[in-house]
Amino acid sequence: MALSKEDIAKRIAKEVKDRYFVNLGIGIPTLVANYVREDIAVEFQSENGVLGMGPFPFEGEEDADIINAGKQTITTLPGASFFDSAFSFGMIRSQKVDLTILGAMEVSENGDIANWKIPGKMVKGMGGAMDLVASAENIIVAMMHVNKAGESKILKRCTLPLTGVGCVKKVVTELAVLEVTEKGFKLLERAPGVSVEHIIASTEADLIIEGEIPEMSI
Amino acid sequence: MITKKVNNVQDAIKGIESGMTIMFGGFGLCGIPENTIAALVNTSISDLTCISNNAGVDDFGLGLLLQKKQIKKMISSYVGENAEFERQMLSGELEVELTPQGTLAERCRAAQAGIPAFFTPAGYGTEVAEGKEAREFNGKMHIMEHAFKADFAIVKAWKGDEAGNLIFKGTARNFNACMAGAGKITIAEVEELVPVGTLDPNQIHIPGIMVQRIFQGEKFEKRIEQRTVRIR
Repeated sequence: MALSKEDIAKRIAKEVKDRYFVNLGIGIPTLVANYVREDIAVEFQSENGVLGMGPFPFEGEEDADIINAGKQTITTLPGASFFDSAFSFGMIRSQKVDLTILGAMEVSENGDIANWKIPGKMVKGMGGAMDLVASAENIIVAMMHVNKAGESKILKRCTLPLTGVGCVKKVVTELAVLEVTEKGFKLLERAPGVSVEHIIASTEADLIIEGEIPEMSI
Repeated sequence: MITKKVNNVQDAIKGIESGMTIMFGGFGLCGIPENTIAALVNTSISDLTCISNNAGVDDFGLGLLLQKKQIKKMISSYVGENAEFERQMLSGELEVELTPQGTLAERCRAAQAGIPAFFTPAGYGTEVAEGKEAREFNGKMHIMEHAFKADFAIVKAWKGDEAGNLIFKGTARNFNACMAGAGKITIAEVEELVPVGTLDPNQIHIPGIMVQRIFQGEKFEKRIEQRTVRIR
């Protein structure tokens, strides 16, 4: 069965390692924080200027001056710090942030990502995504495998305006975990009960499939 | 002590004219100079070029200036959920320069720091890089970006004193701290204007030399864009 958004977040949470500084994008990536192991030390950075983000506040304790990049009210944990936007992207460009998890409209087999604009139809803006993908060493994309029209978002070449080139390392969808290799997408894991054939049929790009593909453990 | 205090928002916005380029601090609705924006909405000033990460929401922040068609061009990183911004952009009524957020911040900081241009990897290989000089440093491609040139920078701080020293709170520091001093004239509106000598010099985020006009805002609505809470 295809994974729920929560399950995609749960699977990605396994990629978060001890002593990682992590930046989470809007949408599914935000959910990842809920599922990170409690026995490891992880700090979440939000590019609007906070390190050491905690959970959402209890009702009545919201502070308009303490938000994340998704403009949601948040709290901070002991050891947290605030800084300005230039400083925030300084720590991103200088690769102090170990892992960036973000959503996408399209990803291509050479690791290109598109997630900010559909010409003539929709323009969200790139926000901090272009800075993050240009600098982060480890980039994981959380996205649905196909769009609402049923078309694959995992492509040989992106069709939409790019956010970054050759930067994505891994993609986790409701169907599969894919690694971006020099030779293209390699199928690492499949969602429980989802066949390799189903994944191939749902993917426009070619897939490298070596041996038995294990089911994800969620 | 050189005082920067002006009596009210009307004195603060003196000299702002149609066609000028103005920076506005804030991220979403967090830390926006809401009193100054409200005062500008009540003028007939138009054709503004606004440098701001976002354009507020439909009915608050810079969204109010958009609604009144006082803005000719926006330089921003994110349109997001602002429907009127997206509509004016797609219809061509509004000129929009979308810039990666880190580049936007650094272009402000560069102006603040007297650096004319810099190289960043953000946007290389995308349409953002079109027409810009590209160079390789340490095996990686970068594009050249220029410092902003703005007539006014308008920022919001938590506390300030008559010398123009500023202290921000929480994530409301965002672009405010990068824009202070990045325009020819910087206007700071603060929640609390305190007598000089009250603020600890060790705790100042922006020294008063960066600020030309400071006033205490009459009221701060401080709207929350996405109120998210957890159950007790």
